Amino acid sequence: MTRSGIRAWYLVHKWSSLVCTAFLLMLCLTGLPLIFHEEIDELTGGGTPLAALPADAPLQSLDRLMAAALASRPGETGLFLSFDDDRPLVYITTGPRADSPAADMTTLVYDWRTGRPVGALDDEGVMHFLLQLHTDMFLGLPGMLFLGLMGLLFFVAIVSGVVLYAPFMRKLAFGTVRASRSPRVRWLDYHNLLGVVTLAWASVVGVTGVINTLATPIIQYWQAGELAELTAAYKDQKPPARLGSIQAAVDTARRAAPGNRPQFVAFPGGGFSSKHHYAVFLQGDTPLTQRLLTPALIDAETGALTAIKPMPWYAQALLISQPLHFGDYGALPLKILWAILDVVTIIVLGSGLYLWLGRRRTPLESRLRELESGGAAVIGLP
Amino acid sequence: MSSLESRRGPGPQRLRTILAWPCAIALLSLIGLVSALTGDGLRDFLSWAALAVPVGAIAWAWRYRRR
Repeated sequence: MTRSGIRAWYLVHKWSSLVCTAFLLMLCLTGLPLIFHEEIDELTGGGTPLAALPADAPLQSLDRLMAAALASRPGETGLFLSFDDDRPLVYITTGPRADSPAADMTTLVYDWRTGRPVGALDDEGVMHFLLQLHTDMFLGLPGMLFLGLMGLLFFVAIVSGVVLYAPFMRKLAFGTVRASRSPRVRWLDYHNLLGVVTLAWASVVGVTGVINTLATPIIQYWQAGELAELTAAYKDQKPPARLGSIQAAVDTARRAAPGNRPQFVAFPGGGFSSKHHYAVFLQGDTPLTQRLLTPALIDAETGALTAIKPMPWYAQALLISQPLHFGDYGALPLKILWAILDVVTIIVLGSGLYLWLGRRRTPLESRLRELESGGAAVIGLP
Repeated sequence: MSSLESRRGPGPQRLRTILAWPCAIALLSLIGLVSALTGDGLRDFLSWAALAVPVGAIAWAWRYRRR
């Protein structure tokens, strides 16, 4: 690479990193406990033990559970009803209005077999605080999009870092750490080694994180586009005066797509459906199709199936990005690897910051010379 | 590699040589990231093994390439 090429990439690496480092450190630190949120929730008593019943115990009607939820939240309306992957639980989310923001929602949990409440989802605790900080820093959509921009810069920093890695390593064998030299040389070598081996993991977690920050606009785009088209016949109708059976809606959806099971039901007037439909989101039964959703749109008044169509590619991209960002799809060993790689990323960020803070002692020109010489002309001899 | 060479490191390397290990590790990481997504059981094991490679590479470099 030419001298001016190296200089340009060096500046790209420096500035993209500098702008995002503080936020990335926050994301890596809050993300670390979030990897294990299921285990932590279980340990801290979030998982109430369920009544021991035979495996084939009959399930209660969803309408009964819904009525119980609404009775305990007077004046509120149903927003979502969702199912657990592993346990016979039904989560019912209610709010003051059909389009209530997330902050005003309450989620009650019911045992599907007994119809009894088993608690409400905790939206106070430390884990919830960490999740909010990690998702949007308590700033809502602008905060989310801002963190997405930081994630994008992180990706730019990774790419430019790899571009600089090549000339720097010209005279150094892979993995070399000159630990006996000055702290600066040692940490530069660690920065390069740790950065380059975590390249793919950090890129995937970074880019899928960016896609996750776009969840709101992606769903809004689907709602205003494809969903509006599928329910175009209802455009000028008044919203349903009375909502029909949810159980019947779920049954109709299952019949329309055999082999699938419902993941959640979105109620009319909310962010995931039209004003006139229950949107029953079905998931496949293989590990891969389990992530991909197909909404069945059921007329909330008559219970008739209006349309059923898989989510478009941009929404599927969002759905696939979620596990790839969370690391929750390969049991505990994967989570442990996720945590180790997260800590390695923290070291890469920290060492990068350390190298930048020590910059005054090494002028830009000599840092560039160091890169050009293939790591040979090191600065700061021991 | 003689002791002298290992202390000084190799002479100028081609781009392919420099990027061989990083690319191999990146490729294995990607296989690991995707395989657990496509199934359970054996695919989970493959995922753990493949994603352990970057971690192992760090341990290896720390043990054998520190000087």
